[in-house]
Order: sequence, then structure tokens, then C-alpha cells
Amino acid sequence: MTDETPEQKTELETTEELAAGHEERAVGERHGMFGVRGTGDTSGYGGLVRPVILPGSAERPYGGWFDTVADALDPLIERVVIHRGEITFHVHRDNLLQAARLLRDDPALRFELFSGVSGVHYPDDEGRELHAVYHLTSMTYNRAIRVEVSAPDADPTVPSVVGVYPAADWHERETYDMFGLLFAGHPSLTRILMPDDWPGHPQRKDYPLGGIPVEYKGGTVPPPDQRRSYT
Amino acid sequence: MTTNTESSTGEDFYAGASETTEGRVFTVSGQDWDEVAAGLGEGEASERVVVNMGPQHPSTHGVLRLILELEGETVTEARCGIGYLHTGIEKNMEFRSWTQGVTFCTRMDYLSPFYNEMTYVLGVERLLDIEDEIPEKASVMRVLLMELNRISSHLVAVATGGMEIGALTVMTMGFRERELVLDLFELITGLRMNHAFIRPGGVAQDLPPGALDEIRGFIALMKKRLPEYAALCNANPIFKARLEGVGHLDLEGCLALGLTGPVLRSTGYPWDLRKTQPYCGYETYDFDVQTWDTADAYGRFRLRLNEMWESLRIVEQAADRLGKLENEPVMVADKKIAWPSQLAIGSDGMGNSLDHIRHIMGESMEGLIHHFKLVTEGFRVPAGQAYVPIESPRGELGAHVVSDGGTRPFRAHFRDPSFHNLQAMGVMSEGGMIADVIVAIASIDPVMGGVDR
Repeated sequence: MTDETPEQKTELETTEELAAGHEERAVGERHGMFGVRGTGDTSGYGGLVRPVILPGSAERPYGGWFDTVADALDPLIERVVIHRGEITFHVHRDNLLQAARLLRDDPALRFELFSGVSGVHYPDDEGRELHAVYHLTSMTYNRAIRVEVSAPDADPTVPSVVGVYPAADWHERETYDMFGLLFAGHPSLTRILMPDDWPGHPQRKDYPLGGIPVEYKGGTVPPPDQRRSYT
Repeated sequence: MTTNTESSTGEDFYAGASETTEGRVFTVSGQDWDEVAAGLGEGEASERVVVNMGPQHPSTHGVLRLILELEGETVTEARCGIGYLHTGIEKNMEFRSWTQGVTFCTRMDYLSPFYNEMTYVLGVERLLDIEDEIPEKASVMRVLLMELNRISSHLVAVATGGMEIGALTVMTMGFRERELVLDLFELITGLRMNHAFIRPGGVAQDLPPGALDEIRGFIALMKKRLPEYAALCNANPIFKARLEGVGHLDLEGCLALGLTGPVLRSTGYPWDLRKTQPYCGYETYDFDVQTWDTADAYGRFRLRLNEMWESLRIVEQAADRLGKLENEPVMVADKKIAWPSQLAIGSDGMGNSLDHIRHIMGESMEGLIHHFKLVTEGFRVPAGQAYVPIESPRGELGAHVVSDGGTRPFRAHFRDPSFHNLQAMGVMSEGGMIADVIVAIASIDPVMGGVDR
């Protein structure tokens, strides 16, 4: 059941994209302009609602060696994003291990250097809230790519790539520690930076930054996450 | 065993043994190894001893905890416990503007602050699509500062590595020269560490008058001082006996574990991002990638010495270029990104330049609004993600920068080489002597500020 959810989501998105006539993907909304909540906003910008849109899928040909890598990975790729000269392959989590093995072993690809996993939490990207982003480098061909997988908050499981890239060990533990992403098949998925008995996963967007108000020369400065923000 | 810590019953207040469910636990406080050995001898002579070394131990490079399983003095299993210096820098950056982020990330790997700033700023600049608009002087100053930083970082690596095997002169020498580099940093950025000097769009400030002369003086002095390290250590029989063949990790091991930096280059593979994926115009500088072929701690020591020479070469070239770039801009021309005011020294110290204050307070309302908006709100960065790795003194350092189009980083994750390379600690030290664990770790040169972030 859990495996079906992301696929359904993908279909849904495709229809939405077709209807809207563009390739971009919205992952949330930004309200207002000055971050003021609960007080009178006379600027008129308070009612502003804008979608947060990430760079859209790229169309073939991607150009240069991008196509070589894409050809080899083709059946495993969900979509390809090329932004500012960097290529990101979005891969379904079921295909991650196969893709990683292919990327490492295929003589035409040879992505030997594993540079880490980085978790990203998109709380408004329904059905694919948690992303794991892998940075890979091919020393043989001097190329760098990014592989991105996502998992819903309800089932935060992603296969572990430790078997393919042993260097992923600590990186996956860190991503688990910070985001709660469960890397299935990891030899010892325990917390690494936070204490073993720590509640919650600090880098998630629903986890508060914390902090106390600081008094300075009679004034009080609220903690950073309670100050006026401009996002 | 000193008498003043002993009670009347002969028990040690601070150290000693206690019975737990895991077996007998000894707290070792130094110079009491005989007592531990004798204690182990009695009763159930256990074959394995698990030693917790650190996190507060002078030779584990900061707050690193090692969990070592010993058989006699041989390490059979080695594990790292990290996280003691975790300060949530990445989380904090999500609550500050893009420019303020530099102030946070510079504090991660505190021995190479400019590299932390640089990789983050390169990521932000790529998302802003202003990579081609960075003024030449800013790029040259970045290279100059980074290479000076490589020298100071390698000096600490050599110094602490020497100290940990008892070569205290190497330590005093290393810190003596590092101080000279920090003086240069203080002259140029105002701070010895945690500079927050490299900003999105350029650098915070122009070179102060007289800086180039100081740098040239430093280069001349270093050319005399660097051979001293070679003369003291390179052929020193004790030094070689402690370092040679220790912490061995060959090319296959390095690639499997994704190790970069001096550890990888000590296997003979010339992988250096400054050459393979140049940034900041490194392709226009004349320097060689240093390698060694022994894949051990001694090779890494020699490699670091050689890399300091190469860095000096780059600093020399950068200083020459800066001599020709007087009064050139150091910040991108785009006023929507560039920090509005230049700093200047007033009667009460460093602050916003008085000309700028006069302009925004007395002449231009628009200027005031612009200054206020850019300083409090900051600029928006187009949505997307970028990863621009750079070659830090410890290996590949990269910042995965994600923007949702707002004025703050949506996510900033740092791939720190110390964090990554420390994974090789077990492979390097298992099967060796306990004393060699220290040497192996020193040859990786992890900085816990970067490991734990």
C-alpha cells in the first residue's frame, strides 16, 4: 500500500501540470510579505498568496554527458531537473538501489565517489514530504550528479545504499537523526549527532528552533524563530 | 598513584574500579595502568577490555570519543562516538538571511573558516546566477585567503599531530607560524577566526593599506621557516618510526570509503578539486597537485608540508595580481544583492562608513529604504538547489544549498570532509597498537567543529 502512494501522487501531478500547461512543481505557498501574523497589516500585502515553485523537469536532449547518464538510467528515472548547470535525477525509492549500483558499476558512468546524503523536509509537498539527496561524483569522467528520492511522512522509508557505497554509513545515520528518514538495510541505524534518547528529529520543519528571549539594555529580543521574518 | 587522592581504605576517590552489570569498570586517570592491569588479572581474567577514550582526552583532536576494544595493547575493534560538539548550525541558518548564514557556517570547521564560507557562498551565487559577475578582485582575494588558510590549517595538523606523539617542538613551531597567518587574517578581515568575510556577491571589504606588504613579508619568512619542519621531522628516526606504515589505507580503501583530501592524495591519486573542477579562477594559477605513494601517516605529513609550499606559490601569485587591482570593486555591481555600505574606521572603531551614513540619513530617502530592506530583509534567492564542492585542507567540502525563493536558506547542509573521513578511523587503526590509533586519527586531521556542526 505504502509503495502505491508516491506513484499515485506522480500521476496526479502530471495531470495538474498538463492542465496548468507548465512543467514546474509547486511545493507550498507563501503568504503575505512581511511575516506579520495576528496584527493589523495596513500595507495591503498581507493577503498575498504565492506558490513556492521549484525548477521544472527538463526536456531531452539535455546536452553533453547529461544524456549519456540519463540513457543508462532511463527506466529508473522519474524526472530530470537541470538547473544552473547541475543535473538532478529524481528516482523512485524502489529503484534507488538499482540506480546506485548502476551508477557505480557501469563502465560508462563510474560514479565512484559518494559525497553524502542530505535530507530536505518539504512539509507542504504532500505524499513526498521527506527528500534524500545524494551527491555523486565520477572521478573517471569528472562529472557530478545529484540523485533525489522522496518518501511520505507516513512511511519515511528509503533503502540504504551502504551496501553499494560504504561511505554512506554516517551520512544516513545523520539524515535519520535529523529527519527521521528510515534507511532500510542500514547495518546500525542509530542517532549520531543528537543524544541517543533525544525526542524528535531536529532538522524537520515542524521542529522548533528553540531559544529564549534575551534582555539587552532594557529591551527584549525574542528567540530567532519568533522574530519577524520576511519569507 | 598519588597519596592525596587515596582515602584511608586505599580507595581512589577519582579513579578506581566499580562493579556493573557489564562487568568491572575502571576509571583511568593516568599513571595507574599497573593498577588496572593488576585488577584485571584477578578473578575472571577477561580476554577483552573495552576502553572509552575521550571525549575529553588531549590526543583525540577535540571532543572525539573513541570506543576501543583491546587485546593487550592491540586494538581489535575501534568505533567513534561523535556529536559532542553539535550546535545546530544548519538549523540556525534556516532562520537567518542568506548573508547572515555566512556568520554561522564559518564557525563549523574552525581551522578552515574561509572554506566553509566559500562553499556556501558559491552555492548561493550559483542559485542567484551571478557566478560570472563576481568582480575579479573579489575572486583573487578569496583565493588568497583560502590558500593562507590552507597553510594555517596544515600547520595545526602538523603541530597537533606532532604534539600527540610527544614531539612538542613541532607543536610550538606550528603554532608560532600559524599565529603569523592569523595576524594576516586579523589585518585583512578584522578577526583571527570566524571571519564571515566572504559574502554572497564578493567579500565584505577591500584590502587594507599595507596588507600586500605584510603578505609579501610573510611569504619571505615562511620560505625560511618551512624548511625547519623538514629538517626537524623528515628524517627524524623517532618521528619516522611512529608514523611510517601507520594508519595505512590504500587507494581501493579510500575510494570505497569516499575519502578525499590528503588521505586520498597520499595514495598517489592526484584528485584535487582545484584542478578537476576549478572555481574562483584556480585554473589560472600555476601550482601542482602534491601526491605521495606510501598511503600512511608519514606520507600524509610530507604531503601537507609540500602542499604548504604550493599554497605559498598561489598566495604569491594572488598577491601580485592584487597589486594590479587597486581600487577595483570587491562586491558584485548588482545593488539588489551587494551589501549597501562599505565599512570604515571611525573615531570609535570599525563601522559603517560615515559617507554612507550621510548619504542615507541626509541625502536620499530611497537610499535609506534600500539599505534598510537589504540589511533587515535581505535578498531573495530563486528556488532550486546547488552543490558546489571545494577542496578544503581536509578534502571535499560542499554545501548543499536549497532555496524556496525566500530570503532565508530553506536548507543548508554541509558535507564536511572531517565527518566523512573520520569513518575510516576503524579501518586505519584496527589490528594496530593503541598508540597508533592517535597517529592514524591525527593523519586524517578531523576538526570536531566540522564533524558535529
